[in-house]
Amino acid sequence: MKLRKNVAVSEAGLLFNPVTGESYSVNPIGVEIINLLREEKSPEDISKFILGKFATDKATFEKDYHDFIGILEHHNLLDSHEETKA
Amino acid sequence: MSKTRYERPVIKKLETGMPNKFGTRTEYEPMTHIDGVAVKDLIKEFGSPLFVISEKTIRDTVKKAKKAFGTRYPKVQFAWSYKTNYLNAICNIFHQEDSWAEVVSGFEYDKAINLGVDGRKIIFNGPDKSEQDLTKAITNDSLIHIDHLDELYSIRELADKLKKRPRVAIRVNMDTGVYPMWDRFGFNYENGQAWDAINKIMHSEKMELVGLHCHIGTFMLSPFAYGTAASKLSELALAVEQKFKHEIKYIDMGGGFASKNTLKGSYLPGTDTNPTFDDFAEAISTVLLNSNFKKDKLPLLILETGRALVDEAGYLLGSVISNKRSSTGRRNTIIDVGVNILFTSFWYDHKITPAQPFTHYSEDTCLYGPLCMNIDVIRESANLPLLNMGDHIVIHNVGAYNMTQWMQFITLRPNVVLIDLDEKPHLIRIKESLENMNSMERVPSHLTFDR
Ligand SMILES: Cc1ncc(COP(=O)(O)O)c(C=O)c1O
Repeated sequence: MKLRKNVAVSEAGLLFNPVTGESYSVNPIGVEIINLLREEKSPEDISKFILGKFATDKATFEKDYHDFIGILEHHNLLDSHEETKA
Repeated sequence: MSKTRYERPVIKKLETGMPNKFGTRTEYEPMTHIDGVAVKDLIKEFGSPLFVISEKTIRDTVKKAKKAFGTRYPKVQFAWSYKTNYLNAICNIFHQEDSWAEVVSGFEYDKAINLGVDGRKIIFNGPDKSEQDLTKAITNDSLIHIDHLDELYSIRELADKLKKRPRVAIRVNMDTGVYPMWDRFGFNYENGQAWDAINKIMHSEKMELVGLHCHIGTFMLSPFAYGTAASKLSELALAVEQKFKHEIKYIDMGGGFASKNTLKGSYLPGTDTNPTFDDFAEAISTVLLNSNFKKDKLPLLILETGRALVDEAGYLLGSVISNKRSSTGRRNTIIDVGVNILFTSFWYDHKITPAQPFTHYSEDTCLYGPLCMNIDVIRESANLPLLNMGDHIVIHNVGAYNMTQWMQFITLRPNVVLIDLDEKPHLIRIKESLENMNSMERVPSHLTFDR
């Protein structure tokens, strides 16, 4: 899963997609995930990181993570041609 | 090191300009406590879902209503509309606050008598009063509000049989400028039915015509309509006085004042727009005081206010079962509160508040109940903070009609708790069980299995 190259997210959670000109608001945990995606971290690494930092369990997070990725895709924020990095 | 509170990741497109159908977000604070008792503890002890009623809010609301009318009109009496919420504990709060009882069936009548209400302080409304019901009401000297001519003739016969002079009023329906007009109950004013019924009662001399009654609608947003109704009833009362030299003792304006709920489709919340007790009191008392009643002959003003007195005192606590997405990407949240116990979700956009802290991030959400039925929708569209599975929510303004119109459908009806003035919770209705349900059923022997 890879973020589109020029998508920018600020620390305050404002995300801008220069391709479409759309702006989005992202909550803090969403910002963390987007930054991890930018670093091309694997879903497993992302899950490990989040579980270390937030009070939740693996099943809950994985469900929410897939949902979040689905919405990023829906908004065309992911690079669909890239293969997921292992 | 303690971990940060988890919130699921969200991303939301920023839109400029027009507000959308989800409206603007209004819930900025979680509701963690009700009258000093933690929602978390209530659910732990009594389960979820759970109805919670605040005794303090009921008493404060009654005082507000009494003050609004009492400062404007010298003789006012409230009668608690049983059908709005007839849990015994709730009725008794109203009776302690000096309310009479207003009932519309034999079942409700017996309930009031069982609670120790003086028969002379029971108003018996409604189109369906059996001979047995009428006999009881006549014997107890209750106030019988006649709905139709068949009832009038039955009472006349029973008066002879019981050798009593029943105290009666007639229910009058009329055009108050509010549509649709409620004309199925009682006798019409404009076409002369009401005057005709009055004459039949007065000429028979078997009954004492003590009052005139109307109930012009429910969740009324126009105080002006009450002014019109009060004026028509006053005219009838004055006509009786003039023709028969008979004094009408009371004018009963029924119920119908809007509560603080928000009707579906309204853009602004009901708390901001709905008329107050003062608005209704001003409209009614002005008309009565300005009419031609002599100062010492002003009729008693009776009010059968239901929802506006109890809606705000009721909360329904629930829990999140799951978060899903629809095929179009919309957030769907399933909670354990269904339309079978929250009947009023068909009429209102109930205010819903999370019971635990949340951030300012929110999602446009459709809230579904737990029933395996398509109609089970609690809110079609609400802008809500992010809720996790197992989180608790508080649904507001549910005190009226839910604990009487609820259905045992698919699930069982939950516990009801009253929080008293000392912030102590009391279980006032025990949740249903399979045994309760089975105890009412009989299985013929050829359909039983030997296992
Ligand atoms: C005769 C009568 N009185 C009083 C009420 C209470 O009405 P509300 O709850 O709208 O005040 C009703 C309700 O329908 C009613 O039928």
